[in-house]
Amino acid sequence: MLRSRIIPVLLMSDGGLVKTQKFKDAKYVGDPLNAVKIFNEKQVDELTFLDIDASVLGREPDFTRLRGIAVESRMPLCYGGGVTSAAQATRLIGLGFEKVSVSSAALARPQLIAEIADAVGRQSVVVTLDVKKNAIFGGYSLHTHNGKTKQKSSLQDFCQQAGELGAGEIVINNIDRDGMMNGYDLDLARQVRGLVQCPLSFVGGAGSVEDLQALIDAVGVVGAAAGSLFVFKGQYRAVLINYQKPANLFGASH
Amino acid sequence: MIGIVDYGSGNVSAIATIFKHLKVPHVVSGNHAELAAADRYILPGVGAFDQVMDDLVRLGLRDLLDEQVLDKGKKAMGICVGMQILAESSEEGDLPGLGWIPGRVRRIDAAAINSLPKLPHMGWNSLALRKPSPLLADVDLKRGFYFLHSYYFDVRQPEHVLATVAYGKDMACAVNRDNVFGMQFHPEKSHGNGVNLFRNFAEF
Repeated sequence: MLRSRIIPVLLMSDGGLVKTQKFKDAKYVGDPLNAVKIFNEKQVDELTFLDIDASVLGREPDFTRLRGIAVESRMPLCYGGGVTSAAQATRLIGLGFEKVSVSSAALARPQLIAEIADAVGRQSVVVTLDVKKNAIFGGYSLHTHNGKTKQKSSLQDFCQQAGELGAGEIVINNIDRDGMMNGYDLDLARQVRGLVQCPLSFVGGAGSVEDLQALIDAVGVVGAAAGSLFVFKGQYRAVLINYQKPANLFGASH
Repeated sequence: MIGIVDYGSGNVSAIATIFKHLKVPHVVSGNHAELAAADRYILPGVGAFDQVMDDLVRLGLRDLLDEQVLDKGKKAMGICVGMQILAESSEEGDLPGLGWIPGRVRRIDAAAINSLPKLPHMGWNSLALRKPSPLLADVDLKRGFYFLHSYYFDVRQPEHVLATVAYGKDMACAVNRDNVFGMQFHPEKSHGNGVNLFRNFAEF
């Protein structure tokens, strides 16, 4: 039976890896290649790299560095950051990334999702949406450029549009819970699960293996992704790359 | 010497890295002379069926592989779309496949999957063995492999199915006819199970 995926998410900035809180206060946590080697040993389900500089600086993915990562990886890889064309996505797949994520470029021009799906197959197209809870009116809004730019599209409409255009997976990145380790927003997870049929992953909030289990129990087979949980140890956030999985990867009904 | 056929499609580097760690002689190449000198072949492949077949034919590799694999009986293993092109045809495209194993590639029936998510089939799934094979020796079938696909190989003759995966229905995910093998999953991204599978392919 298909199992939930437990996914470390690593943020690349200025050649190294960092971890943020609420998309701010980036703290250096190590070297990408070293992290790949450790996660190989830990036999992780999937690994995601997000370059948090690329879209903000308007530059391309760092293909040279990414090639080095892909050559060493014995686990499936997803890359996101600065991808604006099907040609770039094709190049990333050619380097050995299984999946390519788009976010701000897809919000600016949704047709990009279909173009990438045509080029590399829809199974390899990931749409990552950075969301924030609306303080006054409720619901969630979409953001880009590391949370700095608020988008007009609604979460609901854009998820459905992305699914129709050919997204193979939608990743919901919760800005409010980023680095807070206070649990996933399960209401958000249930809401998005009701919008589309494709695989989903959630990142933002996981602080313990129980949090991963709670997400799986809430929505069934899912990508339970986390940053801080897999790079920090203890209340003083000492850097220690680690990996842990909950007992039941199928969800509450099994 | 294992020839990893490089026709511009997909993930040759991760496969080469595993053979390097295993200290198995291998070459990544699209060069006819280099490939003709190899004694077994890996056919990688990502993307669309027609694109992969078009590249193979355009580079003259289809004729070369037909000769080396069908006529001379050298072993070959296709991976992901490299497995799907072993079929005669695909619902995903119009071009004929290699036709080395009878059957057609079809879209996974989403209606048969009675929970969410549906397509693509993404993640780690277990295998059920249908035919013993030295290729799957020392492979933990329950742990299984990493899958990422929306199409599957609907094999015509049951004796060509090595293993199936359950997703909605049971689908062939490892196929074999004589010296030809195919894996729908990604052994190059499946940790110890994948390493064992590549070692078996190199040695048996």
